[in-house]
Amino acid sequence: MLAVDDLAFGFPGRTVGRGVSFALADGEVLCVLGPNGSGKTTLFRTLLGLLAPHGGSIALDGAALGTLARAAIARRVGYVPQAHAGYFAYTVREMVRMGRTAHLGAFAAPSRHDCAVADVALETLGIETLAARPFTEISGGERQLTLIARALAQEAGLLVMDEPTASLDFGNQVRVLERIAQLAARGIAVLFSTHDPDHAFLCAQRALLLAEGRTLALGPPREVIRSDTLEQLYRVTVRIVETEGGAHTCVPSLGQRS
Amino acid sequence: MSTRGLAYFAAAGALLALVVTAFAVGRYPVSIGELVTLVAAKLTGAPHDLAPNVETVVLQVRGPRVIAALLVGAALAAAGTAYQGMFRNPLVSPDILGVSTGAALGAVLAIFLSLGVLGIQLFAFAGGLAAVALVYGVGTRLRGHDPLLALVLTGVVIGTLLGSAIALLKYLADPTNQLPAITFWLLGSLAAVGPADLAIAAPFALAGLAPMLLLRWRMNLLALPDDEARALGVNTHRLRVVVVAAATLMTAAAVALSGIIGWVGLLVPHAARLLVGPDFGRLLPLAMLIGAAFLLAVDTLCRSVATIEVPPGVLTALVGTPVFLWLFAVSRRPW
Repeated sequence: MLAVDDLAFGFPGRTVGRGVSFALADGEVLCVLGPNGSGKTTLFRTLLGLLAPHGGSIALDGAALGTLARAAIARRVGYVPQAHAGYFAYTVREMVRMGRTAHLGAFAAPSRHDCAVADVALETLGIETLAARPFTEISGGERQLTLIARALAQEAGLLVMDEPTASLDFGNQVRVLERIAQLAARGIAVLFSTHDPDHAFLCAQRALLLAEGRTLALGPPREVIRSDTLEQLYRVTVRIVETEGGAHTCVPSLGQRS
Repeated sequence: MSTRGLAYFAAAGALLALVVTAFAVGRYPVSIGELVTLVAAKLTGAPHDLAPNVETVVLQVRGPRVIAALLVGAALAAAGTAYQGMFRNPLVSPDILGVSTGAALGAVLAIFLSLGVLGIQLFAFAGGLAAVALVYGVGTRLRGHDPLLALVLTGVVIGTLLGSAIALLKYLADPTNQLPAITFWLLGSLAAVGPADLAIAAPFALAGLAPMLLLRWRMNLLALPDDEARALGVNTHRLRVVVVAAATLMTAAAVALSGIIGWVGLLVPHAARLLVGPDFGRLLPLAMLIGAAFLLAVDTLCRSVATIEVPPGVLTALVGTPVFLWLFAVSRRPW
């Protein structure tokens, strides 16, 4: 699905990170962890073809990213940005239908088929009752689900989600993670970033720990998310606790700086 | 009937009533019966027994003026609708990239050089296009910033530069005949529009409208953050070039015809959006209907409320300011 090899990335004139390599298979969930400014968003924008790579290679379904047109990239990768308020009062349904853009000719509007795909995406995310509401008036959690539905309507094999749980309440965070697991079960590969290592335990097969633009660790969450790696990453003291049900969770210790 | 259907129906009805009123009202009143007789006679080719004055007033005097008001109103509203979506800002007007200032400089230069009416129109049109080309060329080369912000700021500073060039020409112009002509042009007017002017301006306005109609669904994507629109598969840079070119063609054609008439391109898209929502496919036709009706109403008032013609730009500002504030106050949703 996605193959990244020795990637260097950044803004024009300023390289933010280098030496990042990983591959992502269908239905796999990879969680990117890293402190503020570690380059998570810049890495994602590069993977989406929104920034030119500074070195190395990115391949989507075997095709080099640089050789694909915008619409061709959009049919393979869907982007879920951090939920924003929107500028105009488009309805939730109109927002989700915009996910069909890459499947439409320049002068076309969504066909009956496109509208049906968008409606199915709304149902998959469980927000069909919001369809006629203005995007500007729904809650942050509902907006995030709408943006995921829009990426789903894109019918891409890979979804890139930039901190999909940021600024959501606890319940909405869990609901978003549930949806991620559900999408992966349908064979969609998901790459998402988060500030909560527990999210990687909950729904990712692998975690990528990114420190100052370089890979600190890459592997199954239970192997790479440890007290020592988290201390290196965030400069705080953390214990990893296994609960009775066998789940793992991070417990920070307050007042102890390493 | 749905709210949307009702909005279209009401706007179209108001437009029709205004057209009839515009033909009837004026220094030489024409009754609705005479209007109907004349239109029927012209359509069927049958002779009529109306006074020759009636035919002259309706076809030669008021006809071009009414059509010009409809064309300019619809063009300014369409360009404003496109720009407000593209700049993701409901306070944007079609001249944000300097088309009006460029057109004004062109017209003022033509008056200063004592060129004729056609020369003034051509200079105004070319000035508008050149100003936007300059702003776009410079603005898109300012890399490392938000592309829209770079465009708007470039538009502001280049607009200021063009404004001082206009001031210089006014300072140098002959105060007895050139300066009044400049002032009159800058105020905007539809009084002098004849059939030949329309024939020149209309094709450009329509050439600008065509891509907007064709791209009307895709233009919604420009209202999203740039990264999102691109990730959804839109070449935003290319689409923006097309939209800017189309809106500039329409505005430059309108301004060359009528001079600068403010508020239409800012206020009308706003009002239309409150009625049918932001979807460009629904918004564009309604904004054009309302824009045409609004400017026709303004122009009809301008030539009939007082013994002298009131400049339409003065009246649009007089109506526009309170209506805008009222719309802002009563609307609960953010556009």
